[in-house]
Amino acid sequence: MNATARSGTFILACAIVAAVVFFGARAVGNDYVYFAGYTVLQFIVLATAWNILGGYTGYVNFGTAAFFALGAYSTVFFHKSFPLPIPVLVVIGAAVSGLVGLGMGYLTLRLRGAFFSIATLALAVVLQTLVVNWNYVGGARGAYVIRPAEVAELSLPYIQYLFAIMLALAVIAIATARIVERSKLGYGFATIRDDELAAEASGVPTLKLKLIATTLSGALMGMAGAPFPYYIGYLQPSSAFALEYAVNSIAMPMIGGTTSWVGPLVGALLLGTLQQITTVTISSAVNLLIVGALLVGFVIVAPNGLIGLWQRVFSKR
Amino acid sequence: MTLMKFCLTESCSVRTRAGFQRGERLSYDLLLNAVMAGLLLGGFYAAVTVGVSVSFGILDIVNIAHPAFIILGSYIAYIVNARFGIDPIVASIIALPAFYGLGAAIYQIYYLSFEKRGQDSLRGLAFFFGILFITEVALVLAFGVDYRYVQAAYTEQSWHVGIVDLPLRMLVPCVMSLLMLAALQLFLTRTFTGRAIMAVAQDQLALQLMAADPIRIKRIAFAISIATASLAGAFLIIIQPVEPSIGRDYIGRVFAICVLGGLGSLPGTLIGAMLLGIVESFTATFYGPSWAPAVSFGLLLLTLAFRPAGLLGR
Amino acid sequence: MAAQILEVEQLSKRFGGFVALDDVNLTVAAGERVGLIGPNGSGKSTLVNCLCGTLVNEAGMVRFEGRDLAGQSAHQRTRLGMARSFQLPRPFASMTVGDNLKVPLLYTVNARRRPPLTDAEITARCEELLTLVGLADRSRQFPRDLTQVDMRKLELARAMATEPKLLIADEAMAGLSNSEVNDIVALLIRLNERGITVILIEHIMRAVMNFSQRLVVLVSGKKIADGRPDEVIRDAQVERAYLGQ
Repeated sequence: MNATARSGTFILACAIVAAVVFFGARAVGNDYVYFAGYTVLQFIVLATAWNILGGYTGYVNFGTAAFFALGAYSTVFFHKSFPLPIPVLVVIGAAVSGLVGLGMGYLTLRLRGAFFSIATLALAVVLQTLVVNWNYVGGARGAYVIRPAEVAELSLPYIQYLFAIMLALAVIAIATARIVERSKLGYGFATIRDDELAAEASGVPTLKLKLIATTLSGALMGMAGAPFPYYIGYLQPSSAFALEYAVNSIAMPMIGGTTSWVGPLVGALLLGTLQQITTVTISSAVNLLIVGALLVGFVIVAPNGLIGLWQRVFSKR
Repeated sequence: MTLMKFCLTESCSVRTRAGFQRGERLSYDLLLNAVMAGLLLGGFYAAVTVGVSVSFGILDIVNIAHPAFIILGSYIAYIVNARFGIDPIVASIIALPAFYGLGAAIYQIYYLSFEKRGQDSLRGLAFFFGILFITEVALVLAFGVDYRYVQAAYTEQSWHVGIVDLPLRMLVPCVMSLLMLAALQLFLTRTFTGRAIMAVAQDQLALQLMAADPIRIKRIAFAISIATASLAGAFLIIIQPVEPSIGRDYIGRVFAICVLGGLGSLPGTLIGAMLLGIVESFTATFYGPSWAPAVSFGLLLLTLAFRPAGLLGR
Repeated sequence: MAAQILEVEQLSKRFGGFVALDDVNLTVAAGERVGLIGPNGSGKSTLVNCLCGTLVNEAGMVRFEGRDLAGQSAHQRTRLGMARSFQLPRPFASMTVGDNLKVPLLYTVNARRRPPLTDAEITARCEELLTLVGLADRSRQFPRDLTQVDMRKLELARAMATEPKLLIADEAMAGLSNSEVNDIVALLIRLNERGITVILIEHIMRAVMNFSQRLVVLVSGKKIADGRPDEVIRDAQVERAYLGQ
């Protein structure tokens, strides 16, 4: 079976899993499942997107919130003038975030990785300042995005519609990651991570590949942000640009494992579920403390994440 | 609430509260005060940045958690000041050994986990980011999100030299900051340990041949960089009220100044800090304080894009 | 008269106040075997880095097959036909030995060839190259499991995988035993017989003398000798450089 057929089979398998999850959720019958599930799925997309740049090429992006918020605010922008169906908004959000990723990469990727990372932090703050000062999208006060009660054509309650969309986005993100990982591009990314100088000497166009990674990663993050205003109903800059997005999108791949698409998925499922539980039972601040502590702990003790630990245990034959 | 908004509403009363009105005649009064405020601010920013000049410029460690330690310093100064009435700067000096120890401990963990194993910088960055985050959340849990401030003899006073306002609240930290920088520069250039620290960036082998342990030298340097955060924290809470999340505004400022001034140079840090202070002051005066955060980060992005070696180059 | 494959004119490079290369001039004819020697710190690796695009020179010009290389990035120079091996081996640690060789095939050879090599052809080439350097049975291992010697061989194999016209071997033989040194020299001579120009940078004098048709000596960033190996060795300046320092 050649690579294309394998990818096709994988996407089909993902789609089947997604369908099972969706109808399973409907069977449970409790609306909370959709809300919590949406958040976890969102993290899957963000973690996978982050990993395409951070895990595969080794360039750390601290500005996940910036790309996520760009997607969200693109939606708000259009919602005010002429509402569009969510799938279209997703494409627009992806395009906007992807372009910004490309631009920022072009400015900073010729420098050392550390400078790129600091620049991503800078980007998040600059964008947040711009949004706060832009009254059309609500400025500091925020914007209301009224969610319809249901999607008439499908006779589906709106929250289920959003849940289904996020499932689809998760499938897209994971499939993209897997296809990239196993392609020539994936080899190129890995060489950049391992040794950029040797990569260049072997003929790898490192700048071009890094730009591709940044654009792709940014686009996927923007894609995740596009439905967010409808989910949350009232979008404030402080929630769109929350530092939690940066920490989680870094912690989840680091804990799961950064070298393949499985790591972010595992990390997002585990950490995402843990957070839902902690936030509800203890408090959201303690929850964040745990995430931060886990990040630092794993980075020190298990740098290859849970997948790495698994491989170490199972290769002792 | 941003730093600039607070400064301007407190010191320059009616004139600048709403920002510069379009069409208003540019008065020297306003201009001179904006420059002065910028210089005072710049002095303070130099204190905030000097720790990173050492850890990033000399040791090549990207400690993005440095602002978190500064906020920690602010809170410690706040507690001591609120409980015992001691001047915050004095309190931070008392806390110096603790911060030094903290810095040494963190470097040891960093070295054993990352440098020794030859790990890529991805993990080091994630490590410090985690620390930044944990510190902020821990402070929120301990103190809540209310603004905290200190009381000292000079926080309310202001000197007037001609048409220029010099609020002591900004002047004292600025002067103390310059003293701290001068002391550090003397240490780095005149003492054996200091020169060893400057040398460790260039040539570890030569250092070993001089029978100095490079790891110990680096640990001392990093510990010093965290110790400066204690003082910088006291300066910060004198200048403005503090709450746990404002550390994030400073990440961009700190690295913007480092890059502007050329990594590892203390005089460069001072010049970069003054420059940033003046640019921010002007932006706040003429465009409104809500744009101030974008200034430093925007400046950083521009510098990285076009002149990454800094204005003074290296 | 053989075409000049490499022309270096007045190449200079400084690091802050330190002058690493000072007005270096060098020409290499296609198909030549050139040896480059000099004491530690004389600028040999800096020269290689400037030629290959890893470092940018302040002054001077580098021409490859008549074409000015200014502005060409390292990977572009590799694709033009200039390959180098690193003094301290820099393998791709997360990939197997075999996959390490896939990279230059995918990104350099396939960038030039129409039609590009198929997956099967790439795998076959990797096997060939590994056999050539004596690493055939290590194809599935990871670089961290290799000995120093094998890593140097992998380093050379990776450079060879780019199908270069000019190969610069930067101290590829440090730490090898006598017979291993002979093997590598024989390998490089075989490559040269296929038409590849080779610049060998080495400290092992026996290897350099056996290999080179021409010997260049670099001291403190300046070229102090350039000619037939037996003549260069007897040059007074060269003696002073090696014995007097």
